[in-house]
Amino acid sequence: MTLLTVALNNLRRRKGRAAFLVAGLLIGVGTVVALLSVTQSMTAETKTNLESFGANIVVTPRTKDVTLSYGGITAGGVSVGRQSLSQADVASIGSIPSRADISAVAPQLVGAVQVKGRRVLLLGVRPEQQFKLKRWWSVGSGHAPANDHELIAGSAAARTLGLAMGDYVRLGGRRFTVTGVLGETGSQDDSLLIVDLGAAQQVLRRPGQVTLVEIAALYAGAPVDRIAAEIGAALPQAEVTAMQEAVKSRQHAVDQFRRFSYAIVGVVIAIEALVVFLTVMGSVSERTREIGVFRAIGFRRVHITRLILIEAVLASAVAGVLGYAAGMAVTYAALPLIAQGAEVAWAPLLGLVAVILAVAIGGLASLYPALRAGKMDPTEALRAL
Amino acid sequence: MAVVISETDQETRPREVAPAAPSGQDERAARFIDVRGLQKTFEGDGAPVHALRGLDLVAPEGSFLGVMGQSGSGKSTFLAMLGGLSHPTGGSIAVDGIDLYALPGERLADFRREYLGFVFQSFNLVPYLTALENVTLPLAVKKMPSADKRSRALEVLERVGLADRAGHLPGKLSGGEQERVAIARALVNEPPLILADEPTGALDSETTVEIMDLFAALHREGNTIVMVTHNPEIQPFFDRTIVLRDGRLDCELPACPVDTPV
Repeated sequence: MTLLTVALNNLRRRKGRAAFLVAGLLIGVGTVVALLSVTQSMTAETKTNLESFGANIVVTPRTKDVTLSYGGITAGGVSVGRQSLSQADVASIGSIPSRADISAVAPQLVGAVQVKGRRVLLLGVRPEQQFKLKRWWSVGSGHAPANDHELIAGSAAARTLGLAMGDYVRLGGRRFTVTGVLGETGSQDDSLLIVDLGAAQQVLRRPGQVTLVEIAALYAGAPVDRIAAEIGAALPQAEVTAMQEAVKSRQHAVDQFRRFSYAIVGVVIAIEALVVFLTVMGSVSERTREIGVFRAIGFRRVHITRLILIEAVLASAVAGVLGYAAGMAVTYAALPLIAQGAEVAWAPLLGLVAVILAVAIGGLASLYPALRAGKMDPTEALRAL
Repeated sequence: MAVVISETDQETRPREVAPAAPSGQDERAARFIDVRGLQKTFEGDGAPVHALRGLDLVAPEGSFLGVMGQSGSGKSTFLAMLGGLSHPTGGSIAVDGIDLYALPGERLADFRREYLGFVFQSFNLVPYLTALENVTLPLAVKKMPSADKRSRALEVLERVGLADRAGHLPGKLSGGEQERVAIARALVNEPPLILADEPTGALDSETTVEIMDLFAALHREGNTIVMVTHNPEIQPFFDRTIVLRDGRLDCELPACPVDTPV
């Protein structure tokens, strides 16, 4: 028999008291785990959402000519039809060292065309990449251009030109079918006719040319300015603009959310420590006589202190494991209600942290009661003598 | 008798507590318990209470000393001080030549573990430990193999006739059985001195005789026992009985006046 045996038997055979201590810690640890895992899951989901905000790097030809403004973005100086990037340049973007941190590369060709006697901007895109970049683009019951004979119209352009789904449009001698009308975006996109990049190059007679490239870098990946620098090195003839402000504001939003969670976790930990402290203090007071017996039969003060701490640490470790399980269960139940579409981010490290946290809180909060138990006067503790 | 006081698991090297005045084994044995001018005053909110007012007592090794007296006479206070549980206000107590209250720090706890076996009035068994575990408890902080601890505890439990109840929790034992477990716990360290505070106070007369027979057997085996009681029926078991009154040694039975309150 050792102090550990005594502690284990106390916890095992006085389940009611042990359960009270474990429950106090379990609720706290469970809350912390749930809060952290929900935060983690929401942060992951927020990152995904933020990545759908659009491009955070724009590549345009280096020029000192007139300014081209598109999509609310001032993208360097370019004169449409005079200077442009090539599709080989687009391929070079895919070979930079941080290419894995890029989620979408959307090359675009912009040019003016004549439709029904009106001049209108034609935008050539790679539909898959473009729709990935501009997730707010919607064509209702229609669909994105699936070949070089299909076209979608911005809402304003459709209205002005009287276009509807299924209509035919002639551009540069080619016939296009309108397969969708973009929902109103409130941007210049509303005034565009959008076709496949290859088709646009043929209509505008600029084969292999690209006006600008919009790039979405993954939020969790390498810093945007580093990716921009790598692209700049790969394309010395191009102007690479990193949209720093957007990224910073995204980071700020996520960081604020995380800080808020940590503050709540701090408060929960403080309450939890107080609960453990009061429970162990109560337990020590209840066990006054028992402690007196231990002292009378020759236990040193340090033995009493150690016994109380061993019990607290054992109960805390159990509470840590159960608290982690409870916290993850709460996460599974609550996450769909808090953040629709978010997936639970499993973090085994969080389990380890939960147990360590529980043991640390249990140990530290029990330290004073344990020391106090060790300092009890054996005669007062025994009362009988 | 010189008992080695081990340092439990705090320090690995056992140390021997040197007797205060080693003037030969015989004298040490003759003055095994040596109490001189023992005083204890309790300071409280009201007037100070003088529980002991200068008690002198010498008892040889192997005695079975009964301590009697009315409530408030100071007998339990004396036992607590003899057990190293309460510091005296004045005077000294030496056991086997060791001046108890001159021991530094936690050595007094080591002394209790190695020199003393306590038997309490209300048994004071730990409710969540079985009879065997309660008996093993004093060994819990000693460095020795678990198997040895267990076998020694079983041996003592057998000696008090409770080997078959080893796995029972105190709540499942009768008063007499709990008392036996308490005695076994006091014996497991093979202490030179057994202190008992009203050990039969909570027992019926039949069980009282059984328990006193057990103490008598321990006495015959050479154990030194000091027992506090106010039950005159067990007085014949003692080889010496002192009566305390108002914190002083009043008299020794049978020489006390007939009307001496005990």
